[in-house]
Amino acid sequence: MTVVSLTVNGKPVSRDVEDRTLLVYFLREDLNLTGTHIGCDTSQCGACVVHLDGRAVKACTLFAVQANGAHVTTIEGLAKDGALHPVQEAFRDNHGLQCGFCTPGMIMTAVDMIRRVPASELDRARIRHELEGNICRCTGYHNIVSSIEDAAKRINGTGKERAA
Amino acid sequence: MIPYAFTYRRAKSLDDAEAMLAASPDAKLLAGGQTLIPALKMRLANPSELIDIAALEALRFLAVRDRVVVVGAGARHHEVATSPEVRRAIPALAELAGSIGDPAVRQMGTLGGSLANNDPAADYPAAVLALDATIKTNRREIRAGDFFTGMFATALEEREIVTEVRFPVPERAGYAKFANPASRYAMAGVFVAKAGPAVRVAVTGAAPCVFRIPAMEAALAKNFSPDALEDIEVDPGEMNSDLHGSAEYRAHLVGVMARRAVETALR
Ligand SMILES: Cc1cc2nc3c(=O)[nH]c(=O)nc-3n(C[C@H](O)[C@H](O)[C@H](O)COP(=O)(O)OP(=O)(O)OC[C@H]3O[C@@H](n4cnc5c(N)ncnc54)[C@H](O)[C@@H]3O)c2cc1C
Ligand code: FES
Ligand code: FES
Repeated sequence: MTVVSLTVNGKPVSRDVEDRTLLVYFLREDLNLTGTHIGCDTSQCGACVVHLDGRAVKACTLFAVQANGAHVTTIEGLAKDGALHPVQEAFRDNHGLQCGFCTPGMIMTAVDMIRRVPASELDRARIRHELEGNICRCTGYHNIVSSIEDAAKRINGTGKERAA
Repeated sequence: MIPYAFTYRRAKSLDDAEAMLAASPDAKLLAGGQTLIPALKMRLANPSELIDIAALEALRFLAVRDRVVVVGAGARHHEVATSPEVRRAIPALAELAGSIGDPAVRQMGTLGGSLANNDPAADYPAAVLALDATIKTNRREIRAGDFFTGMFATALEEREIVTEVRFPVPERAGYAKFANPASRYAMAGVFVAKAGPAVRVAVTGAAPCVFRIPAMEAALAKNFSPDALEDIEVDPGEMNSDLHGSAEYRAHLVGVMARRAVETALR
């Protein structure tokens, strides 16, 4: 067992966990943050994507002890003061989800993508390429791509300049 | 999906990691975890300890010195893919790193982990072999040609740690892979590099271990163009056959990917 201390969605948390505890189980079972989903056993579906010190990673392929001292953001941490994050708004407005199982991972991947990829390069083809690690069984991806395209515009302004 | 129990330790330095490995014969290094953790979840491995080297700054660098791209073993795929220095010196290497898995895998996975694992379908081994890179460890230097010894097998000894890889900058290089649509691992990936009069062609994904094709190298040394490869047959006898594709299919793909890699190198 190891005492793991990290910041989750801005709040410091500390728990004694078994070293073999995957971050996704730590979030879901120890912290009751069940927005982070588990969709596969093979690290391929992306339903579990969270941000570790700002980078999108698969919480099913990371032990909680590896995140000791780090900042983790989950889907529950995106909305601020009751207002949805622009990516969440865009998914709602563009019908970017059906059953919603893949949606937390899609949104966490999208937030990372919009931060990382220059606005001028983030066209529909690039968005699809960037979604290679996120599987959706419902939507056929079309509206997910539209949601991310729309969200990038909201965040980056016209798409030419990036908001600070 | 719960691994066998183990003890986790974070190494503070390379020496610290070596000492931890020496003290515990069943310990294993943990870098990005993108290969090891899926294996642990399947209970395919049962190490007593995991020694985390991901935070070691000494392994996390990228530099171009005297026409050599030097990449620390701890450099993540995303860092290699987006490094302006690597993009300028060996664009094909940056492209290759950017084609590994998906963004989340690339933001965790490392060069050292990929080489130590030597998955038959991994991308980096093709670049290391075609560019005639040198792998530096905590003990010695190993030439690419001596490093990859078989399926999931390398020349690394017990407790040997990859610290950096030196890629000589070629005149031209190109990488083309036909990715498995689910994992993005190579079904066949070909890296072609031209350095002076010599051309090296390395193939990954198609056989149990990365390999070179001397007939293609000789043809390209005479005429560095996709047409030079037109009549070269790849022997399916040495190819993998599995649910993703037959040996004949892979042999055909190798030819197609080799021509595409040359086209990319000429751009
Ligand atoms: C969904 C998915 C898709 C993927 N797709 C691809 C792909 O398309 N192409 C591809 O090439 N790879 C792919 N990978 C694998 C990925 O590139 C891994 O990051 C890489 O193979 C291992 O690097 P790591 O840092 O994660 O190593 P780890 O998983 O941490 O370690 C792997 C092995 O290497 C050892 N090791 C680690 N570092 C060192 C070192 N410095 N010295 C000696 N031994 C060391 C460990 O002990 C372990 O045995 C994929 C992985 C996933 C989960
Ligand atoms: S649950 Fe993590 S990738 Fe599927
Ligand atoms: S909305 Fe159902 S899996 Fe994506």
